[in-house]
Amino acid sequence: MVEEPKLLGIHANPPAWLRLVIGLLPFALLVGVYLTVSHIRIENNPADKLTPSVHKMVEAVQQMAFTVDGRTGCRLMLQDTLSSLRRIVIGLGCAAIVGLFLGMNMGVLPGLRGTLLPLVTFLSIIPPLAILPILFIVFGVDELGKVMLIFLGSVFMITRDIHNETEKIPREQVAKALTLGASQFQVIYQVILPQIMPRLLVTVRLCLGAAWLFLIASEAIASTDGLGYRIFLVRRYLAMNVIIPYVLWITLLGFLMDLLLRLVIRWKYHWYSAAE
Amino acid sequence: MRRGTASPEASILYAEDLRKEYGNRVILEDIDLAVSEHEFCTLVGPSGCGKSTLLRLILGQERPTRGTLLLDGRPIGYPDTQRGIVYQKYSLFPHLTVLENVVLGKKLSASFFEGRRRKAEFDQEAMSFLDRMKLSDHIEKYPHELSGGMRQRVAIAQSLIMKPRILLMDEPFGALDPGTREDMQVFVLELWEDFNMTIFFVTHDLEEAVYLGTRVLVLSQYYAAGRADKDDNQGARIVADYPLARRAASTAVKEITQFGELIQRIRREGFDPAYRQRVTEFDLRHKDSFQTLTPEENNMID
Repeated sequence: MVEEPKLLGIHANPPAWLRLVIGLLPFALLVGVYLTVSHIRIENNPADKLTPSVHKMVEAVQQMAFTVDGRTGCRLMLQDTLSSLRRIVIGLGCAAIVGLFLGMNMGVLPGLRGTLLPLVTFLSIIPPLAILPILFIVFGVDELGKVMLIFLGSVFMITRDIHNETEKIPREQVAKALTLGASQFQVIYQVILPQIMPRLLVTVRLCLGAAWLFLIASEAIASTDGLGYRIFLVRRYLAMNVIIPYVLWITLLGFLMDLLLRLVIRWKYHWYSAAE
Repeated sequence: MRRGTASPEASILYAEDLRKEYGNRVILEDIDLAVSEHEFCTLVGPSGCGKSTLLRLILGQERPTRGTLLLDGRPIGYPDTQRGIVYQKYSLFPHLTVLENVVLGKKLSASFFEGRRRKAEFDQEAMSFLDRMKLSDHIEKYPHELSGGMRQRVAIAQSLIMKPRILLMDEPFGALDPGTREDMQVFVLELWEDFNMTIFFVTHDLEEAVYLGTRVLVLSQYYAAGRADKDDNQGARIVADYPLARRAASTAVKEITQFGELIQRIRREGFDPAYRQRVTEFDLRHKDSFQTLTPEENNMID
């Protein structure tokens, strides 16, 4: 009998423990390299700010996350997180709702598709960051401007994707629903809509990365709080001991949001992934 | 000139001079067809001859280019509850369970509040159909969890609950393995008798068509229309139409010699590109069959 190779070649079939090990290995390497570099640099120059020690970062987190700030009277990291999350959830949530209804109706109503598809395609190609100045001028530099950037940055992509997915539903399904006595309204909202919902969640998942980008960019330019605002603020003092934990925290938040959406899809729409 | 006596009034389904073109391509031409109530009508023909197109016209999913197409004497519009449809796939809604799929028609036809109030009654009616389909153990499953045969039984129940005037079936057993396929054939015959249905059944399998039908229609583009010039762009016509005695619903009849002979004859008349009957010589034996001929075609009768 031929023994399966564990790691190398196209026939490799790593066992579960090995998968875990090789998956974690690059992370361990990265951390190791950082700690070594940081250690050497601090040996040479105890005042070095570029590669702060773990101890320095823990201190910074304690300062930012668990100590009430004297000037604003709140815990800064908590405040930043809540502000940023509110913006991204409102912006992306509205984009999802608008994109769903627009895309779905464009997918089933040829008249609406003919009217809107060229416009939506055009708008979706405009780089959202390029119109950020316009948004700030029109909607102001407060919350509305930032939320609008996230909204406009993702709504057309979501619309196009949902439109595509709706068109992929076989025409037979529409005919079948009509033979079962469905009205046109029922075809759209009782037959098509429930089938599109899981795809909406998938699309939102894919848009999350871009939404974070828009969020941090707009906070960096004009804001008084938020995760993006903070890292750009402390950049002036080369406060890497704050920036690095913040970046890790943003990454964790993004990961959790992605995980949450994935779980909802698997839990509520298990027929979707199974039927694919 | 017109041969045959079928009338729109006496037929559940009636087509005259029906024609369908896609762009410049003629798919169907001069389709004359009358179907009586309680007929099990099978439609066979070579692949790509337009069988499914004809079915979609009857369903209302597509419009004919020309001609008359009536259901109970009224012109056919968009799909509605008068016609049921079972496709080879896509008949079931993937996001609904078996029970929900079958109950759907009842729910869609009722108003929101009526649907709420009569939910138990609707569920019970759906359950009686599912019992009949031997599916009562699977009502909570989703379509992707079912075998091909079970899926088609759900699809049939889903259509039957609406009590359509005519049930259209588009190669419903085409994707099933031979054993399941035979079971389903016997099963659909039983349903046809029990529910006193009218069925219009499209298939490319000759044996299936002859076994199931009380009437076999052969649709083919291989015939001689008497037009020398545009022979390659001629649409399919009904080139043969046989009445079949309804035998016991046993697959044993498939062994009988006559059964085989009829299949051979249909294979030649409909499926052999080299064998071309003249329009006036089509083998239209069924009592409901009729033909409308152009003066030009009329001249072909010697």
